[in-house]
Amino acid sequence: MSILTMSNISKSFDGLDVLKDISFSVEKGEVVSIIGPSGSGKSTLLRCATLLETIDNGSIRYMNQYAAKENSEGKAVYSSKSELRKIKSYFGLVFQQFNLFPHYTVLKNVMEAPIVVQKRPRHEVENEAMEILRKMGLEDKADAYPWQLSGGQQQRVGIARALALKPEIIFFDEPTSALDPELTGEVLKVIRQLAEDNMTMVIVTHEMPFAKAVSDRVLFMDGGVVVEEGTPEELFDNPQTERTRQFLGNYQQ
Amino acid sequence: MSVKIMILELFKAFGNTALIFVLTLLGSIPLGLLVYFGRKSRFVLLRGFIKAYISIMRGTPLMLQLMMVFYGPSLLIPLLFPGVKFSLPSNWRFTAVIIAFVINYAAYFCEIFRAGIESIPKGQYEAADVLGLTKSQTFFRIILPQMVKRVIPPVTNEVITLVKDTSLSSAIGTVEMFTKAKQIAVAPKSPGMLTFVAAAVFYYVFNYAVAFLMERIEKKLDYYR
Ligand SMILES: Nc1ncnc2c1ncn2[C@@H]1O[C@H](COP(=O)(O)OP(=O)(O)OP(=O)(O)O)[C@@H](O)[C@H]1O
Ligand SMILES: [Mg+2]
Repeated sequence: MSILTMSNISKSFDGLDVLKDISFSVEKGEVVSIIGPSGSGKSTLLRCATLLETIDNGSIRYMNQYAAKENSEGKAVYSSKSELRKIKSYFGLVFQQFNLFPHYTVLKNVMEAPIVVQKRPRHEVENEAMEILRKMGLEDKADAYPWQLSGGQQQRVGIARALALKPEIIFFDEPTSALDPELTGEVLKVIRQLAEDNMTMVIVTHEMPFAKAVSDRVLFMDGGVVVEEGTPEELFDNPQTERTRQFLGNYQQ
Repeated sequence: MSVKIMILELFKAFGNTALIFVLTLLGSIPLGLLVYFGRKSRFVLLRGFIKAYISIMRGTPLMLQLMMVFYGPSLLIPLLFPGVKFSLPSNWRFTAVIIAFVINYAAYFCEIFRAGIESIPKGQYEAADVLGLTKSQTFFRIILPQMVKRVIPPVTNEVITLVKDTSLSSAIGTVEMFTKAKQIAVAPKSPGMLTFVAAAVFYYVFNYAVAFLMERIEKKLDYYR
């Protein structure tokens, strides 16, 4: 079953075409990495998928629920507010800059949405949140505030916060690029662990060895289109286009 | 009049000064937030009205605004509705002071709140949105608490100014401490200048306490950054 299906997505920012007729779907349990040069539209694609940005044309569907549907002229028409709210519970997003709530403790960051949005009982949510934090190696940081944590710890809280809503799919937008190199590993380890638990994930990253190791499928984006897509072996070891080879070449010394 | 009685009289009048101060804050802080919502409203007319209101409140002397509120009704109502009998409430003088102060300070607080809210990173809204929080949940749970922390220093400035501004209400004869000091100083056999010195001490001590309290609040909010 496909969790996310985006069909013929176009998006422009005042005249600048950032996404050009992209189609893209993610199956349950799949880990998809998106790589590509700066400005190629990777973040914009994630922001459209997570409804932070609206598409101009095309459709977005989670499982069998449309977030946006094409009308007869091909323009995207979004579903009602209440439907979108429902759809928002299907996905989580982990930001490059963490975007934790600074006035909440780690535990409260994780518990806020399950309690306020999903209206689940506090004690149940708290037990689950502590369990997630344990998995992230953060059980002793439950009462700390974000500013008291390292970048790597903050990002693991960001992941825990997304997981607490039990989403069907989690998106990561360069989860390690705001981190010092020595902190990158601990975050990648957590993501790898999620992959082993069969979490469905879409990861925008510049960490090529990681993308190669963790992904079932890799997309190479450039200039608002998906230039090439395939298994990690196909894409990294045997790239089909000159553009892909050139891009990957920059990462090999 | 002995110095002791002078101080006692000032202290009694200080009660009104403190009352103006407290009522103004209680009114203008919530109203300032409401005005902010109006300023951000999607209704163009309301936005325009709020902008004009803020501009007038900040662009004209508070003393003049006080007079407008106090004398305005008795001049305007007979003009607008000739023949209609009306009477202002017996405590109109004091009520007018509170109204004028509240609407004046609300305009300043609105602008302070606006700056505070707009300084909060976009990522906070985006994180809340992706988690599924509604607009109002996002505002009251995520944005407002962070705004409060950010606006404490400019709000402290306003609050300290307000302590001193209460003396402007003597322009329409409200009996608060400053009015009282003027009355005592010109009375026969009064301590004269010393009365104003005593009043200054009262204002200063009051402001010192206010600044101390605000500092405590600021410290209380130091647990996060
Ligand atoms: N809100 C916006 N308004 C205008 N232009 C935008 C906006 N967001 C992105 N863009 C433009 O869209 C293009 C794609 O940006 P995007 O952030 O999706 O790239 P990216 O692939 O994520 O790059 P990076 O690797 O640097 O994060 C860029 O040219 C960018 O300047
Ligand atoms: Mg990006």
